[in-house]
Amino acid sequence: MEVGWWGVLIAVLGGAIRIGTPFLFVSLGECLTEKSGRINLGLEGTLVMGAMTGYAVSLHSGSPWLGVLCAGLAGMVLGALHSWICSFQRVNDIAVGIAMMLFGTGLAFFLGKPYIQPSAPRLPSIDLGAWSDIPQLQAALQINALFLVGIVVAVVLGWMLKNTAWGLKVRVVGESADAARALGLPVDRIRILSTAQGGFLAGIGGSYLSLYYPFNWSEGLSSGQGLMAVALVIFARWQPIGCLWVSLLWGGAAALGPSLQSVGVTGGYYIFNAIPYIMTLAMMIITCSPKRTLVGVPRELTVTR
Amino acid sequence: MPQTLNKALEPFLIIVGSLTVSMVLFGIFVASAGADPFEVYQTMYRAAFGTSFSWQNTLVRAAPLMLTALCTALPGYLGLIIIGGEGAVVMGGLFAAIVALTMPTAPPIVVLTTMALAGMIAGGVWLMIGGALRHYRAVNETISSLLLNYIAIALLNHLVTSTFRDPESLNHPSTHHIGEANMIGVIPGTDLHWGLVFGIVACVIAWFLMHHTVFGFASQIAGGNVRAAQVAGLPVGRLILIICCAAGAAGGLAGMLEVAAIHGRANDTLNANYGYAGILVAFVARNNPLAIIPVAVLLGGIRASSGLLQRTHELPDATVLVMQGIIFLVILFSETLYGRFSRLQKQGAS
Repeated sequence: MEVGWWGVLIAVLGGAIRIGTPFLFVSLGECLTEKSGRINLGLEGTLVMGAMTGYAVSLHSGSPWLGVLCAGLAGMVLGALHSWICSFQRVNDIAVGIAMMLFGTGLAFFLGKPYIQPSAPRLPSIDLGAWSDIPQLQAALQINALFLVGIVVAVVLGWMLKNTAWGLKVRVVGESADAARALGLPVDRIRILSTAQGGFLAGIGGSYLSLYYPFNWSEGLSSGQGLMAVALVIFARWQPIGCLWVSLLWGGAAALGPSLQSVGVTGGYYIFNAIPYIMTLAMMIITCSPKRTLVGVPRELTVTR
Repeated sequence: MPQTLNKALEPFLIIVGSLTVSMVLFGIFVASAGADPFEVYQTMYRAAFGTSFSWQNTLVRAAPLMLTALCTALPGYLGLIIIGGEGAVVMGGLFAAIVALTMPTAPPIVVLTTMALAGMIAGGVWLMIGGALRHYRAVNETISSLLLNYIAIALLNHLVTSTFRDPESLNHPSTHHIGEANMIGVIPGTDLHWGLVFGIVACVIAWFLMHHTVFGFASQIAGGNVRAAQVAGLPVGRLILIICCAAGAAGGLAGMLEVAAIHGRANDTLNANYGYAGILVAFVARNNPLAIIPVAVLLGGIRASSGLLQRTHELPDATVLVMQGIIFLVILFSETLYGRFSRLQKQGAS
């Protein structure tokens, strides 16, 4: 059966899920961190560190799922370090984020040198496309369990932020540190916890890169997914469910160039890659104005000042 | 102790103290990796500053850092955090190469001047977009300049693989070579290209502009309190645009120098993280253009030592990345010490 242009659509759908999953985890992590009023630009370092840790643990233990867990823990440590340093007066969270990016990637490359050659056990995938006899559709619907986990996390996180006491505390701290202190909430501790949990999610996002797709460990593994988390969260208007749609959009846009190549459209490969960034910038230009700030933004965030 | 001495001594002591703490932390790090920290530091010193050859290696790396540090340092006076140096370098290098290719018969001095102007305009306009969005649309400049980096890199990759591609650059898509005659050459008596001179001159000019002119004074007021500056009748929007443009021009010049002094063509080597390292330099120098010069040399030295570290101690090349990360974190952390420290000093003096 000839799929032709349908193939492009199917490939974009598959790419949206395959390439979008790490975006989903880093953006959920960043979303939680930003809800508490801090911005963590260092998730790129966390992501790479998670990728390395996940790969190394999977190789040594033979269990990719243990690798995913340890990647999350490594990310958690980096997140806690970031927010601990930021909890001192006059320390700028954006600058610390850039430093953490440098430190995290440096540490991952340093410790990960021996793991560039060997091949670790891979995370299994679930075939949701077995009913179809179109190979492209089958390939597109080969979904990693982490994507499903990500959907659950997005739903649960959104619900918890809205409906639980813990979520309310995080939001109060993110809206006004002064009000939170007046209520007797431990502002720094809540922020450290939120950033550490955010780091945990970002670390898992990294392990997806090394243990599922593209499935290797090398120094060029990440293409800036961690840095872009900040933009994704803005696009998602600080809604965890929004992070899911935006991550799929991002993944789809990244898959558009290569899948168009398969039907002979070769030009504009790099321009397609830039579409998400241009869209984010356009969205910020449209929704920001000197008179009002972004809808849904936590007011303690340095981005809004 | 007199107040003025205190004021000058405080940042100096804090910076020296932070560097010492970072060296201890990094020493522990390499020791836990099985290397002797004292030998590692000796090797680093030898590789960075030990011989005239290593000095040249260091200074070549320091030159672009001085320029990209200005991309972050100058807007810092206005209280803006711009991290778009990478984009300015890429746009500067790209447009410098493109204009050079449109004038094949012009004499080298004309070509180089035009390249420098084109690079500075391209970089300046690129960061000015971020400044303008900030002022007129209240779009956060940190995020927009980060996004602009990615858009610039995509534009570079697109143009060098399509319109401006040299068909002979098979594995590494690039523009055509700008011609050996148009390369900028070295400072007589050394192997150093002129980038170092441009870097130092740019930093000195930036320092003079920000600390000894009315324009710089106005910018510092606007950086301290936008509302007060507006009440005083200062054209805050124009200050933002001019400063972002100057900052971008410095980055664009760094990109032009990469093309005219090293590669001879524009390709993805322009995207060599000089922009991000420049942010580090600017923060460590606390945005002071004169302090940028020694900090850039120090960081250039650290980066230059990576090769020898790898050969003599079998430490991976990422070791210097870890060291940069540690220094950066400790120095940012030390920001919290300002003020507390001077109180201690006053108590000690009285």
